[in-house]
Amino acid sequence: MTTEITTRMTAAAAQEAQAGTATAARAWNHTHVLDLDDFSREEIEIVLDLADRMREILDRRIARVPALRGFTVVNLFYEPSTRTRASFELAGKVLGADVLSLSASTSSVQKGESLIDTVRTMRAMRADAIVIRHAMAGAPYLAATHTDAAIINAGDGSHAHPTQALLDLYTIRRHVGDLAGKRVVMVGDIAHSRVARSDLWGLTTMGADVVVCGPPTLLPRGLRVSDRPAHAESALPPVTIETDADRALEGADVVIALRLQSERQEGGLLPSLHEYAEHYQVTERRLARANPNHLLMHPGPKNEGIEISGPVARGSHSIIEEQVTNGVAVRMALLYLLSGGTEPPGGDAPTRTADGDARR
Amino acid sequence: MSTLAIHNGRVIDPALGRDGIADVVIVDGRIARVGPNEGDAVVEAERIDATGLVVAPGFVDLHTHLREPGFEYKETIATGTAAAARGGFTTVCAMPNTSPPLDSRAAVESVLREADASARVRVLPIGCITHGRAGKELAPAGELAGAGVVALSDDGDAVADPSLMRHALEYSTRFHLPIAQHCEDPRLVRDGQMHEGWVATRLGLRGRPASAEETFVARDIALAELTGAHLHICHVSTAGSVALIRAARERGAHVTTEVTPHHLTLTHEEVAFGASYAELRYNTDAKVNPPLREERDLEALIAALRDGVIDCIATDHAPHATSDKEIEFDLAAAGISGLETAFGLCMRLVHAGQVDLPTLIERLTVGPATAWGLDRRPGLEGLGTLAPGAVGDVVLLDPAAEWTVDPAAFASRGRNTPLAGATLRGFVAATIFGGNIVHQTERAVAL
Repeated sequence: MTTEITTRMTAAAAQEAQAGTATAARAWNHTHVLDLDDFSREEIEIVLDLADRMREILDRRIARVPALRGFTVVNLFYEPSTRTRASFELAGKVLGADVLSLSASTSSVQKGESLIDTVRTMRAMRADAIVIRHAMAGAPYLAATHTDAAIINAGDGSHAHPTQALLDLYTIRRHVGDLAGKRVVMVGDIAHSRVARSDLWGLTTMGADVVVCGPPTLLPRGLRVSDRPAHAESALPPVTIETDADRALEGADVVIALRLQSERQEGGLLPSLHEYAEHYQVTERRLARANPNHLLMHPGPKNEGIEISGPVARGSHSIIEEQVTNGVAVRMALLYLLSGGTEPPGGDAPTRTADGDARR
Repeated sequence: MSTLAIHNGRVIDPALGRDGIADVVIVDGRIARVGPNEGDAVVEAERIDATGLVVAPGFVDLHTHLREPGFEYKETIATGTAAAARGGFTTVCAMPNTSPPLDSRAAVESVLREADASARVRVLPIGCITHGRAGKELAPAGELAGAGVVALSDDGDAVADPSLMRHALEYSTRFHLPIAQHCEDPRLVRDGQMHEGWVATRLGLRGRPASAEETFVARDIALAELTGAHLHICHVSTAGSVALIRAARERGAHVTTEVTPHHLTLTHEEVAFGASYAELRYNTDAKVNPPLREERDLEALIAALRDGVIDCIATDHAPHATSDKEIEFDLAAAGISGLETAFGLCMRLVHAGQVDLPTLIERLTVGPATAWGLDRRPGLEGLGTLAPGAVGDVVLLDPAAEWTVDPAAFASRGRNTPLAGATLRGFVAATIFGGNIVHQTERAVAL
């Protein structure tokens, strides 16, 4: 594969790529994308800058460049997902990668086809990147320790959803620029939300002041610094915890409403969805307390009338649909970086480095 | 007549308050004499030089999973007892969560037969509290007692029904069997995967709260006091449980308890972090029930071990195959293969000055033996001591020797330990069971 790519590159492009490696390779240091807890501010910015270029490509009349020609992406989804899966498929296709999506069920795991087996089999078929969505926290970490294919976590249990967090950061940046000092408020089921966990890492790394708000039964333990021993102070992101939504939304620059799963009521964590909506729904009335120029986001799919009111979801502050478009751009950027690409692909010359390919 | 003389070691026998250089002479499988130069008086004997070593009674483990019958791919009676010998344990009490479970005379007898044939050390079976460990109906305690079980337990699963637990305790008094309970309320644990706290939050894993243990400890103590039965609380792991047990014992309740080496020394951070906080992991080798807790729990456990509120150390040796562990955290089996690291791990407390060596040895020998009255069983008189006439079970220890844990070198089939690669200071140099050497290293040379 190395030879193929090298011969396909012009000498000039190779030289340019080599020069690019010197700066980008130093900063971008990820074989896998498992969560944002190990991303520096600089690394996040590399992804977001590249996402800008990807967004340009995406907005072209014919959105297609061959930057990932010969690169194979396997979407391995152990949990049903429409949007994340479609987003990864499109991201790969826009860049000319071969994309294969597999729906695996956890029942096949119990039949003896282990995650490790599946990942190794995909790698043996020359998959370059494997995108994993799994109902169990840590599954992509297990995969990453047993393959040299690039693993991208597309959501693992209640743990992490780093590509969602990166698209959130990218979307916010497009509107407000620097996140430093901005008050970002997440409202909803914090305890079970992988989006919230990854957003927390990303937002705080970028300097935002983050507030999480939800009923006490949906707040995770140990999030308060005072609930941790001194040596573990930085083991979770710094965050303000609030159970009163009105107070939480005071002066918010960005509001992220989280999806409430109806199981939470059945599990005895909430008296009723009605009562939840009464106290935690993001409504126009509550948003009156926020910054007048606030942004309203939701990772989707949303339950209008429960965690968010219809008018708010479709109102002028809402950038929910833009999040979806940006999701494709951010995933393009990640696939490209993981392929060993450094310089943004402008036209049709692939600029992956020989070094990057040798790693695969 | 066969004689074994162990020369010139530092003999620590907590039951008799002995701590000094002496020889130990074992004749025909029983302790004959202990004292300075006693070995020299023996004419014909096999001899071991214990100079520089500690000589103590063989360790007694009240909580071992030997997995046979039914799960021989994880462990067998032969491999599990070989691991025991390497760890210094000469008596292991085998938990009944086998397949079939030990809820009948036939099942218990099959274990005893296999132990006769292949065990390296003494195996004392534990019977089930309920049929099939299903928590619905009492298993035949009288039949099990007759077959030779030393306690009853549905280990791994608590008897959740409070009324059934009350009756189990009440009924057990007729046969003088302790009821050993894994105290965790399944309705509070639900599908929890590790200790509920900040590490679980960091990993996005569902938690098993400390209160799931403490509510059952409190409930079962109340039931033990109601019935006058002997309640044994398995692997206590939280500061709250310790406080409840301390108060119960002050009231005179017949409550005994054990703690594992891992709950004394490792925290929930073991699940998520290696040497640094930089790299996150989902370490299924640190997945165990009850889960590894927090530092304040460790402090309370160590204090209670020191002052005797906790009677003994038990390993909860729970061997699993790689295929049980190298999978998603939620699917991975819980448990640690602990027999071979128990002494070295516990020695961390001694080296840190938290527990003295004679106390540690007490909690590994006469502590467990008397907690369940094993030393009053026919043929086992003096178990856990070096009293003349006691069974000739002796362990030779090098408390200062460093070694690196290499699971591939375990005698156990279970290589599941969070200590792989760790350096432990404290080494079992030789193990003698009934006067026969069942484990020997180059540190304990024959004379």
